[in-house]
Amino acid sequence: MKSTTPARSMKRSTKPDAETLERMLYYLKLTRESELRLEQLLYRQGKIVGGVYVGRGQEAIGVGAALAMRPGDVTLPCHRDFSVFMIRGFSLADIFANWLARGDAPARGRDNTLHMGDLNLGVIPIISPLGATLPVACGVGLVLQQRGNGNVVLTHFGEGTTSLGDVHEAMNLAAVLKLPVIFICNNNQFAYSTPAAKQFAVKSLALRGPAYGMPGERVDGCDVLALYDAVGRAVERARAGKGPSFLECLTLRMAGHSAHDAAEYVPEKLKLAWAKKDPIHRLERFLLARKVMTKRQIEELHKRVHQEIDAAVAQAESRPLPRGEEAVEGVYCEADCWWRRPPSAVHGPSSVATGTGQRTTHD
Amino acid sequence: MALLTYVEAIRQGIWEEMERDPSVFLLGEDIGAYGGAFKVTAGMLEKFGEDRVIDTPISESAIVGAAIGAALMGMRPVVEMQFMDFIACGFDQIVNMAAKLHYRWGPAVPIVIRGPCGAGVHGGPYHSQSNEMWFVHTPGLKVVAPATAYDAKGLIKAAIRDDNPVIFFEHKFLYRRVKEEIPEQDYVVPIGKAAVRREGTDIAVITYGAMVWTALDAARELEKEGLSLEVVDLRSLLPYDEETVLASVRKCSKVILLHEDTRTGGMAGELAALIAEKAFEDLDGPILRVTAPDTPVPFSPPLEEHFLPNAQKVVEAARKLASY
Amino acid sequence: MKTLTRAQLHEIYYYLHLNRRVDEQLTLLYRQGKVVGGVYSGLGQEAVSVGSAYALEPQDVLGPVIRNVGAMLIRGYRPRDLFLQYMARQDGPTNGRDANTHFGDVARGVIAPISMLGETVPLMAGIALAAKLHRENRVALAYVGDGASSTGPFHEGMNFAAVQKLPLLIIAENNGWAYSTPTSKQMAVLNMADRAPGYGILSAMVDGNDVLAVYAATRKAAEHARRGGGPVLIECKTMRMKGHAEHDDARYVPKQEFEKWQKKDPLRCFEKYLVAKRQMTAQEKASIEARIDQKIREDVAFAEASPLPPPEGAARPVWA
Repeated sequence: MKSTTPARSMKRSTKPDAETLERMLYYLKLTRESELRLEQLLYRQGKIVGGVYVGRGQEAIGVGAALAMRPGDVTLPCHRDFSVFMIRGFSLADIFANWLARGDAPARGRDNTLHMGDLNLGVIPIISPLGATLPVACGVGLVLQQRGNGNVVLTHFGEGTTSLGDVHEAMNLAAVLKLPVIFICNNNQFAYSTPAAKQFAVKSLALRGPAYGMPGERVDGCDVLALYDAVGRAVERARAGKGPSFLECLTLRMAGHSAHDAAEYVPEKLKLAWAKKDPIHRLERFLLARKVMTKRQIEELHKRVHQEIDAAVAQAESRPLPRGEEAVEGVYCEADCWWRRPPSAVHGPSSVATGTGQRTTHD
Repeated sequence: MALLTYVEAIRQGIWEEMERDPSVFLLGEDIGAYGGAFKVTAGMLEKFGEDRVIDTPISESAIVGAAIGAALMGMRPVVEMQFMDFIACGFDQIVNMAAKLHYRWGPAVPIVIRGPCGAGVHGGPYHSQSNEMWFVHTPGLKVVAPATAYDAKGLIKAAIRDDNPVIFFEHKFLYRRVKEEIPEQDYVVPIGKAAVRREGTDIAVITYGAMVWTALDAARELEKEGLSLEVVDLRSLLPYDEETVLASVRKCSKVILLHEDTRTGGMAGELAALIAEKAFEDLDGPILRVTAPDTPVPFSPPLEEHFLPNAQKVVEAARKLASY
Repeated sequence: MKTLTRAQLHEIYYYLHLNRRVDEQLTLLYRQGKVVGGVYSGLGQEAVSVGSAYALEPQDVLGPVIRNVGAMLIRGYRPRDLFLQYMARQDGPTNGRDANTHFGDVARGVIAPISMLGETVPLMAGIALAAKLHRENRVALAYVGDGASSTGPFHEGMNFAAVQKLPLLIIAENNGWAYSTPTSKQMAVLNMADRAPGYGILSAMVDGNDVLAVYAATRKAAEHARRGGGPVLIECKTMRMKGHAEHDDARYVPKQEFEKWQKKDPLRCFEKYLVAKRQMTAQEKASIEARIDQKIREDVAFAEASPLPPPEGAARPVWA
């Protein structure tokens, strides 16, 4: 599939340094292990409220993208972009607390999974009607463009979402107004049980880019370095005022649509083939080969990650659920705004600012 | 003071807010170079520039979504729907994104979505709807429907200054038919407060939008028969002024609920329940509704006339209620 | 593809002129204050409607929008239907319930539009889906303007038709303007046809003022669709020669645009072609035009004499 972007001829971003490489591995592992903890332990113990949606096998997208951001940039991650939340500054305990529907979690029990955000961290969450965040990203992009600081906005969505009207309207608007929006499409080949072949007829979604008048590029979604590079180039284009880009990141959804879905409709052969491309193993092999990390260091990192998760889960579990009466609070933003008051049952110091009081720190 | 039409008053209100607050900006179709289909934004592109008056593609969903995104970044966008009928094309963004965002994770969404609604201009099914109840039924939104030029200006300013998403219904029939002396200084009409347009003693008529004028016409007619109508203009539908509604009902003991919107699921049903719950003891007759029937708005004049409530229908209802 | 006979060429000429005359008559009625609501002219765009609709088979279905009167005439609607509808008369196709070209008849293969642009595409995709499921040799043709192609429903309908390989044709009628919005503010690509690769479908671009080019492209696309090849988008480049509607003087359109396109008037171009190819004599031309004159005269008179609907018509049941 020929890449259609003219940007290939542009200057490539700086390759990540050793520190960044180690951070990449750290976040990849933290994401993988956290999601496993959610799916295979907490969910099975009946501790999660609602469904569990993981991004197993696709972790490189969130990591590669979020690490390419700089202060003042904004991101709209979707439900399979766990890593983005951590990289942007949500504590692991807060993220688990949100899954556990706690009263002082970022969403204060009002919404589930990764439907949580914080303007101070530059994170705007999705709603369940997917695709709706793309137009919102355009609005953010419009303001960033006018402020002229070179900041950009990244918006994440799946290949299934691209069938929705909002995606079309947003891409068209971004292209017409030359907004600094990076459209990051995780083509994990299945939207619930719908394979990509039943979702669209175009051979590669990257071709949609030029169909709107923006560069479109297909990237190996399991290669965190390729992603970091591709997003980095798209971000540089946007910072330079050259407008939006569309990235199709090819992966395979290695788990079901959610924890209750055994995904028997995914051919076993496909799973085996993509298991070989696992982003974490690939990065580990790269780091070992380039002697950026030793085997020992990687094992220690793995241990550290588990300790971190243990601590975060314990902390999150110790938090209380919200009080029932709170359900009717905070519908409107008025002078005595409910969200500006501290969460009703705070235990410990780890609750993060929840975007209360609109501070436009992104200037 | 200046004598302004209802549409000119809205225009002046938006203009003043644009001057007052640089974070206010406009998005919509044909609002820039063309000045808007009803010329509400005439001259604004020239005065405020392309950055603040944005002509968009035909993309109601993207326009509303972009407004939400810009609001999260500290702006106060005002979105024009060329006709409020087209708001359906941006429905998901309004009810699922804008309305629920503050409740779910905290930030305010200070957007205004405004446009011409209502019938009586032979616009047919897609240029005449009164679809306010789709939004009155959505917690998290505010819904406003002014009937006078003074209120139109004061309420658009209030809407723009409100930190919540406000859906602003301008009745197109009133655009150039209603004129009033408007003060030149800054003033705001509060959202959530009704206004008593005419004091009376026998029957309270609770209404909003173009029907306020219909009620006043009926009141003048009935005065000749010695029947005294009190006319309450709701002005806001969400939140609405329970207190003023109940006070009028208690004063008159009889009530007619009037709106141009269709019957089932209309505001009158909500008010009837409220009155039955809280003023049952004060009623001397049944709660009557005068509304359009449950059909799309028809195009041809005789059909539309039959469809729309009018002064005569209010008069007949009042006489029926008076005989109780 | 077989070439058109002399009789067929005359038919095309007839419909082009009928389209224009209906349009002119509606403008006249509007100026006389006899029309209810607005008049949305298709002046200068007749070749798009006529060329495409003429290329279809009787069993095909089309979904016109407001400027595609020519397509509706080819499907068997008469000028009086347009006059009755615009004047909101009882005997119009919707009995006065809806306005302008918002009417249709499944039996005639015409699906009425609504004012929300782009929405015709998913609907026509559904018509094509039914044809596929019933194994019928039927093509669905949707007319989409440059503005409508920005909408979500356009996208969802296109994508669905593409992935299902439905026999859906899109006449992408690019007339340069969506009300006051030029295409440069509507999309960042140069052509509506540039959107087609994003759906994995075929496309074509033709001179929308050349009725035979529009005809040929539609015919070829229909053949492709009938063979199971999936949707085709045919962009027809034309120009909206008036404002958005009669009340709009289009002062935002640069004068030279009108001048440039005036020279390419589709009726005049076709006439020149017929004369050059000796396919129409002056007598034949006069005869066709006389037929049209008479039809317009009769139909205007009929429509003007028709009653408005009785008020109770509004309350007819809403459900089937």
